[in-house]
Amino acid sequence: MATETQTASGYIQHHLQNLTFGRLCEPAGECQWRFAHDAAEAKAMGFWAVHVDTLFWSVALGLLFLWLFRRAARNADAGIPSGWQNFVEWVVEFVDNSVKGSFTGRNPLIAPLALTIFVWILLMNTMDLVPVDWLPQLAALVGEHGLGMDPHHVYFKVVPTTDPNATFGMALAVFVLIIYYSIKIKGLGGFFGELAFQPFGKWGLPANLLLEGISLISKPVSLALRLFGNLYAGEMIFILIALLYSGGLFWGTFGGLLQLGWAIFHILIVVLQAFIFMTLTIVYLEMAHQEHH
Amino acid sequence: MNINLTLFGQTIAFIVFVWFCMKYVWPPIMNALNERKQKIADGLAAAERGVHEQELAQKRAAEQLAEAKQQAQEIIAQAQKRANEIVDEAKENARAEGERILNAARAEIDQAVNQAREQLRDEVVQLAVAGASRVLKREIDAKANADLLEDLVAQL
Repeated sequence: MATETQTASGYIQHHLQNLTFGRLCEPAGECQWRFAHDAAEAKAMGFWAVHVDTLFWSVALGLLFLWLFRRAARNADAGIPSGWQNFVEWVVEFVDNSVKGSFTGRNPLIAPLALTIFVWILLMNTMDLVPVDWLPQLAALVGEHGLGMDPHHVYFKVVPTTDPNATFGMALAVFVLIIYYSIKIKGLGGFFGELAFQPFGKWGLPANLLLEGISLISKPVSLALRLFGNLYAGEMIFILIALLYSGGLFWGTFGGLLQLGWAIFHILIVVLQAFIFMTLTIVYLEMAHQEHH
Repeated sequence: MNINLTLFGQTIAFIVFVWFCMKYVWPPIMNALNERKQKIADGLAAAERGVHEQELAQKRAAEQLAEAKQQAQEIIAQAQKRANEIVDEAKENARAEGERILNAARAEIDQAVNQAREQLRDEVVQLAVAGASRVLKREIDAKANADLLEDLVAQL
């Protein structure tokens, strides 16, 4: 909640700042490893820093996914499924059907990849539905009383998919897979030929390279930015709605209703974006598997 | 919102999760699903086979029933025929027996009549002799008149 000492923009800034751990060098030349106290310090840390909150939540949710599904997998048999088992099988079949619908090749990686993407992103997106102040406040309390930090310096973003690092991280892995399978299936020459000799034939080679190169690069970029953009915007709206709570009873009630409405609508986005990321990954990998000649 | 090492951290986490999922999550669930699919397919096939067999059994039962009915009919017809035969035979036997008894009775009657006639004849002879002797008031030599008497007896 925005305290009196915080301005609205300060509140928003605070919510959009990751908890960054990295090597910070003072102007005097002294360097030390610590958490960034503000956005400027985080920026100054450069590339060699990690967003602890993003990694924590994404890994925790990933482990949650694996634990839950592994439990079902261990109990899986041909008998009558019940409860959780049933749900897991339903999800698995849904993903399997999606993969079978758009992926024609034979690759044992694709379906588990799609399942991981779908459930993991779904879980990470779902963190968006937790009221925006709960976990950051909790983290501030832990930081203040447990770790002796200044509570204003404890930044905590709980939705990993609102961090471009997370979405680009996943898209990067997908991109590597696209290139790997393109080369594996078509050979280095085939892959290069696809980039160089389409769509204008060999005399339009520079134009081909430009067009195909852009279309290749745009795959991971669009994957990452679509997910990030949707979730970031959703998070932003939640934060803006949360600002209303400091405006008295009327605005607080209004904000509550707005938050409820947006949360209900956001469920759609949460699921949809996870599904789109999964489907596009499948489609891109299908394209990587296909010969165009 | 800086791009930093988190990017690679996320990528590594992603790869590890996918690897784990591919190794320990997906195959057992998929196996179970396929196994169940097979089981259900087998069950359905067995059910179909059962229905088919039941149809066959019903057909066979109907056939056997019809056959049994026919056999029963035949047996009844035969029994009726045999009963008629037995009745006829009994009738014939009874008739023969009756005739035999009748004949025997007749023979007995004839015999009795003959006997009676014989006796009567003897008595008549004696009466005649007695009568004659009274008439003659003398003793007739039976021996002397035996021939006469024999003639008389033969005439009777």
